[in-house]
Amino acid sequence: MKVRTEKKEQLLDFYRQMMLIRRFEEKAAQLYTQAYIGGYCHLNVGEEATVVGALSALGPDDYVVSNYREHGHALTLGSDPGAVMAELLGKETGVSRGRGGSMHLFDPEHRLYGGYGIVGGQIPLAVGMAMAVQYRGQDRVVMCLFGEGATNIGAFHESLNMAKVYRLPVLFLCVNNQYAMGSTPNEASAVPEMVTKALAYDMPAEQVDGMDLLEVRDATLRNVEQIRETGEPRFLEAITYRFRGHSMADAGRYRTQEELRRWQERDPINTFVRYLEDEGVLTQELREQIDASVEEEVERATQFAMDSPAPDVADLYKYVYAEDGQQ
Amino acid sequence: MATKTYREALNEALREEMHRDPDVFIIGEEVGKFEGSYRVTQGLLKEFGPMRVKDAPISETAIIGSGVGAAMLGLRPVVEIMTINFILVGIDQVVSNAAKISYMFGGRAKVPLVIRTPGGGGHQLGAQHSQSLEHWFAHIPGMKVVAPTTPMEAKGMLKASIRDDNPVLFLENLALYNLRGDVPDGEYEVPLGRADIKREGEDISIIAHSRSVQLALQAAEKLEQDGVSAEVVDVRSLRPLDRETIVGSVRKTNRAVTVEEGWMSYGIGAEIAATLVDEAFDYLDAPIKRVAGREVPMPYSKVLERAAIPSADDVVAAAREALA
Repeated sequence: MKVRTEKKEQLLDFYRQMMLIRRFEEKAAQLYTQAYIGGYCHLNVGEEATVVGALSALGPDDYVVSNYREHGHALTLGSDPGAVMAELLGKETGVSRGRGGSMHLFDPEHRLYGGYGIVGGQIPLAVGMAMAVQYRGQDRVVMCLFGEGATNIGAFHESLNMAKVYRLPVLFLCVNNQYAMGSTPNEASAVPEMVTKALAYDMPAEQVDGMDLLEVRDATLRNVEQIRETGEPRFLEAITYRFRGHSMADAGRYRTQEELRRWQERDPINTFVRYLEDEGVLTQELREQIDASVEEEVERATQFAMDSPAPDVADLYKYVYAEDGQQ
Repeated sequence: MATKTYREALNEALREEMHRDPDVFIIGEEVGKFEGSYRVTQGLLKEFGPMRVKDAPISETAIIGSGVGAAMLGLRPVVEIMTINFILVGIDQVVSNAAKISYMFGGRAKVPLVIRTPGGGGHQLGAQHSQSLEHWFAHIPGMKVVAPTTPMEAKGMLKASIRDDNPVLFLENLALYNLRGDVPDGEYEVPLGRADIKREGEDISIIAHSRSVQLALQAAEKLEQDGVSAEVVDVRSLRPLDRETIVGSVRKTNRAVTVEEGWMSYGIGAEIAATLVDEAFDYLDAPIKRVAGREVPMPYSKVLERAAIPSADDVVAAAREALA
């Protein structure tokens, strides 16, 4: 890793954010096995460097659209962990008032314009949001996150083409975590590297080590800046790995323990800790302090979610249609 | 009051709404330079420029989906899908995104989107270009589905759809584009969600939507010659469905025929018949008759196509059965 210009506080905050995702997700897994969380539950464990590196590089007015593996995205953008956990528990105090669940977090105050559950279905939305940005002559970038599996669906290709034809400010961020459920890119994609697909649409595209926070952040900063300058879309592929299953219901029979262990040796949090220690930014004492505050934050979030009321059944039909003036 | 075609009425509604609200824009295939496959957007590119009249690549998923995304940020996109047959290519964006976003995000987002598209057959366009699929969308909570039948309604309902904060599927019909009718001067809206009695009658209610309303009116003329007074109810809004007006008509006439161009199975007539059984059972003097398209992919051959699509005579025959 290079010598950084970020201030010490910022570097420590990145560590804190990665730890928050890790602990939050571990708690979510536990609450899932205890049946407090239902349905599907997809975790960001292993992807923390990609999540924090990419989202921390956005400006305060930029928009984010994501898929169903988005707990960490909400947390990094500044959503209240309590409101995120409450959504996972289906509570009225959740970011989507308990109507969405794990896959459908929505928090416009923190610029998260939704987690979506149909693979690739969110990509055209990002194009439309960028269309609105262009329409209004704003200086904003839309970041669209999706997995490598989503590059095989039509919505992806139509969206890249349209974004390029209209010259829209979108950063397509492909989180290549090696597996679309149990399928590898080698099995499911005609080309093993997703960047190749963006090149077909004459879009600048690059790969980055998704296990290295600062690499991801650098690449994202650079791409976002270029998008601001040119107004044109770009493509970034982060090579990462999910340490947990596709969802909580995943026996993991499609990969070996050996492979998992090899990737875990490159655990993005440990890698970043080593860097911080080498730079003299993180001491053992400071680390324990941060870890304790993260534990406490997750505990508080969980308690808030547990204590929150479920939605009122009388409100079952509320929000099917927008009433005038509602937002 | 001036006489205009259905097509001109739509064009006027678009033009006036774009003047009134800078957030209204049009996106679709061939809506700009080509001036619309059915010339509904004629002259608008010249008047409003390419930012507000966007020619799109052949990408229904991206067209509808980008409309949804733009709407979430407060714009009011009017998406044109060349015919309802092509909406299937992008149906996930309608059903999983447009219709769900308000609800699954707890009311924190809304999607003020209009999807204009013509449906129906009768032009020898064959199996893949002649379908009536509007009820697929009327099945979906979160959607509104409307089908104006006169130029006056076309203009007033398109305005109401653009101003609505929800996703609206706005159904047009190739056979209606040249229909002429009176269109009021000046500003007006025709509210969504209300059926309209197109002809009053006493003996039987003929309930139809879109182009089938014309068949219903022609059938009512023929029935009148036999001394039968038929009431024609134009459903106009498939979702929300104005059950009150439909049930009210049948409580008065005690007999009902439904007419639709689409296939009968699981169709609009089925929904209306079930509603009548629920809410007007004791008023019914005869079984409800349904007239619908024959259950075949639309044939190309003119004689076969004619046999596959309901006619006014089919409606008359069904009415006579109900009156027998």
